[in-house]
Amino acid sequence: MGQNSGVSFDRRAVLRDSLSVSFPVGMYGAAFGAASVTAGFSVAQTCAFSLLLFSGASQFAVVGVMAAGGSAISAIATGGLLGIRNGLYALRMSPILKFSGISKILGAQVTIDESTGVALSQESRGEAAMRYGFISTGIGVFVFWNLFTLIGAVSASSISDPSMWGLDAAVPAAFLGLLWPRLESSRKKFAAIASALLALALTPFLPAGLPIIATVSVALVFGWRSR
Amino acid sequence: MTSLWIATLGASLVCYLLKLAGYLVPSSFLSKPRLVRINELIPVVLLCSLVSIQTLTSEAEILIDHRMGGLVVAFCALKFKAPFPIMMLAAAFTSALIYRLGI
Repeated sequence: MGQNSGVSFDRRAVLRDSLSVSFPVGMYGAAFGAASVTAGFSVAQTCAFSLLLFSGASQFAVVGVMAAGGSAISAIATGGLLGIRNGLYALRMSPILKFSGISKILGAQVTIDESTGVALSQESRGEAAMRYGFISTGIGVFVFWNLFTLIGAVSASSISDPSMWGLDAAVPAAFLGLLWPRLESSRKKFAAIASALLALALTPFLPAGLPIIATVSVALVFGWRSR
Repeated sequence: MTSLWIATLGASLVCYLLKLAGYLVPSSFLSKPRLVRINELIPVVLLCSLVSIQTLTSEAEILIDHRMGGLVVAFCALKFKAPFPIMMLAAAFTSALIYRLGI
């Protein structure tokens, strides 16, 4: 990140975007910490999830499957299915981030919804701003998510109901805000609506996580022809 | 090793390898216009399905509740170009209010 390659952008504006995503998303880590401890995981295991797995949806899925009496294998499979999209984000971000060596190994860990979303929303500011947004959001979410996971795990009983603080609506609202600047073409708007409907339609019939993965088919259908 | 540790470390390993795999695939994989179009749509469909699932479902059932109120407010805030933190606060406040009032 050191060299600027002559491209200047408003770092404070990018940092403001990444903070406004990473802090509220990180706070939801308290809900994960509480959920995980309530499901029977220790505080150490709960913190290990947020440090090593570091992908909210997958973490909730693994904890949920184990809490429901599922096997470790089915928990890993469910978490893994939800983790596929991070690999797809990596594929999308790779040509922009141009990671190599150790930065690739560390950068992979912070390749999540939020870092990718903020990076893509900086497109009008240029690739340097996209890289800056990705790294600052990745680190920001990592720090806040782990901090609040610990707080939530330790004080499991007091923050057991995220609905009281609107956190259960703040997280999808954050995703909506990340999605918003991506909806510039009618193709993307139609794909967004179709994927929302498909995910909802499949929810009663498929195990948790699969309806989200299944919407990749919408991307295939809408992206196939140049129109 | 207990099954809880197996789930914790196993899922962590699988999810990390999935993230890394995306960087190890050659970037020429994405040079075809069709793949570029599909790849640009992938975050759109995944984020949008996450929004709908996290707003409208609860344990494999479709459920309209306080979260929907928060998302309607978030949608309006974005429509009127409100800054991101304002949008988030408005959504959380609305949802918590509806929840606490027990509507």
